[in-house]
Amino acid sequence: MVGTPLVMQLLNLCAALLLLLSFAMLSQRRIVNMVNLLAVQGAVLFMATLLLAGRTGQYHLYISAALTLGLKVILLPWLLYRLIRRLGVYWDAEPLLNISGTMLVGVLVVVFAFGLAQPISQLASTATRNAIGIAVAVILLSFITMITRRKAMSQVVGFLSMENGLFFGAMSATYGMPMVVELGVALDVLVAVLVLGIFFFQIREQFDSLDLHNLESLKEDAAVRNE
Amino acid sequence: MEFALLLGSPLIGAAVLAALGARRYAPELNVAFSLLTFLAACALTARVIGAGDITVAHDQFFIDPFNVFLVTLTAFVGLTTSLFSRPYMRVEMQHGRVRAPQLRLYHSMFQLFMTTMLVALTTNNMGLLWVAMEAATLSTVLLVTLYRTAASLEAGWKYFILCGVGIAQALFGTILLYFAAEKVLGAEGVSALLWTHLNGVKTQLEPKVLSLAFVFLLVGYGTKVGLAPLHNWLPDAHAEGPTPISAVLSGLLLNVALYAVIRCKVLVEGSLHSPLPSQMLMGFGLLSVVVASFLLWRQRDIKRLFAYSSIEHMGIITFAFGMGGAVANFAALLHMTVHSLTKSGIFFAAGHAAQKAGTQLMEQIRGLITLSPTIGWGLMMGSLAILGLPPFGVFASEFLILTTAMREQPWAIPILLTALGVAFAAIFRRVQPMVFGETTARRLPHPPALLPVFVHLGIVLALGLYIPPYLAHWYRAAARLIGGS
Repeated sequence: MVGTPLVMQLLNLCAALLLLLSFAMLSQRRIVNMVNLLAVQGAVLFMATLLLAGRTGQYHLYISAALTLGLKVILLPWLLYRLIRRLGVYWDAEPLLNISGTMLVGVLVVVFAFGLAQPISQLASTATRNAIGIAVAVILLSFITMITRRKAMSQVVGFLSMENGLFFGAMSATYGMPMVVELGVALDVLVAVLVLGIFFFQIREQFDSLDLHNLESLKEDAAVRNE
Repeated sequence: MEFALLLGSPLIGAAVLAALGARRYAPELNVAFSLLTFLAACALTARVIGAGDITVAHDQFFIDPFNVFLVTLTAFVGLTTSLFSRPYMRVEMQHGRVRAPQLRLYHSMFQLFMTTMLVALTTNNMGLLWVAMEAATLSTVLLVTLYRTAASLEAGWKYFILCGVGIAQALFGTILLYFAAEKVLGAEGVSALLWTHLNGVKTQLEPKVLSLAFVFLLVGYGTKVGLAPLHNWLPDAHAEGPTPISAVLSGLLLNVALYAVIRCKVLVEGSLHSPLPSQMLMGFGLLSVVVASFLLWRQRDIKRLFAYSSIEHMGIITFAFGMGGAVANFAALLHMTVHSLTKSGIFFAAGHAAQKAGTQLMEQIRGLITLSPTIGWGLMMGSLAILGLPPFGVFASEFLILTTAMREQPWAIPILLTALGVAFAAIFRRVQPMVFGETTARRLPHPPALLPVFVHLGIVLALGLYIPPYLAHWYRAAARLIGGS
């Protein structure tokens, strides 16, 4: 089981790229660019899966690599671009916390993520166990992206990036989940994006905007609405 | 065979209803498919009584005492809800709140939602359980926003994003579970997420990983149970969606999510040999009871009121499962059953009451009993039942939970009793003037369906007086399975 060091180096490079892309997403305010970054993230994930499949010879990793390519690199970004064009949302408003502040929090989160992943990495027997910390960091950074954004669209991009992090985590800890589960998760993600597409049109029809400020009337005691 | 019918009937129903669109007989078709599902569930139950636990499709699905009664309950409430929604949605259409395309979406998604819940209950694969739970959210998001009002869109967005983020945590928990299981069961992958296999080797699973996994699983599925402080989506989604959806969300989805939490707890507790999972369940449970009962005071919308009451009851059940042991588990299972029946019954009555008054604001719903005694009495009896008055079944289960707590966790008693008292006053002071006094109600274009309300309340009453031996036998077997201190 001694793989060529080059493959391992490339895998580590992919992991580092994923982390970098998450930071880039955190700092990006233009929604089209966020989707670009998401697509690149998907492509890196595809590369990593393919490399790992070649190294371990696990047949099902090839299938999930194909799934990643089809869904996360091609289909989802395409759907999101279409949505952005049709809805005309290009810029997110100023995030709730300014960019440099967000970055600082992001760095702290990465440290925390590696601490959290420590016990798991120690127990893992996979070749990619060092990447588990990075996967957790990607998940948490996407979480911050979702928290600090105002536009529904950028929250969705954060959500999908979180799913990428989860996928990478599963891959580096256990060489992926059983096939039936991966197919199910992929199906759910696809349906989620379709449902959101419909949903966004409903929101815009109602408010003429996709700013989540509009969606803050339902407070605990503000339920004074009449039909 | 019964099993294929159980999952196939709602799935085919969803396809057929989507294809046919809003025909005049679509509601009847909806009822027919629900009836078929219920009959399949009954047949399956009969088989399990005769032959014991069964597994289907290479262990991918299984039926044991814990999920069989939930399957029957889910199919039953699905049937009564489809009966209720027939006149309810017709009235909504006459009032101009929904149009034909939305009705098509409604019927199709209702059946799809039933499918996802039944899959979640019967699957043996912890990964598929996650997939089904997420699918259950997705199939109801567009139902919560069915009226396309600003408030319903906000509720739908909250529901989607909070449950989506929550359930992403649960996926990470599932990955960790698989990671621990793979070490014991081997990387062949297929069997490493099957609950029955995991349950057999649970003592060998790595405790450090499992305790981390449990935190994520509890937070993830707990969001869907509506445990405080992750409950924010729940009242909005209940209040803004159509009432039949509130009834199935409250009566069924919360149960299914709690079922997922308990399945995970059984595995983790077997590995950990420490009271950590129990303590976490008790903590979240008590917090939900307290938070919900005090927030009940501030509610002005009838459906929000009963949504908060659902959070409170889910808290009580979670607390009881946290205590563990034969009696507390028995009481928790009984409470799951009676809460589900009572709460969906209340939503049926509340839905018609809101239609009669033309508003969901409780201050403007008055004197239901003068114009339609059945709705008035249905709401009154339902409220008394959910508040835990004897001789209803809720009283029996709450009494069991409290007496067990007195023995096992006496410190929790003052908190629980205070919260129950506060909830009692909060709900009763609202329901009483809605039912009695001068009326504001108007006539409806279609006669309301109140049979489901009284059937549900009748069963709850019967369960309070007498639990049939085979049902008690199930509860006991399931309670043993869940175990705990």
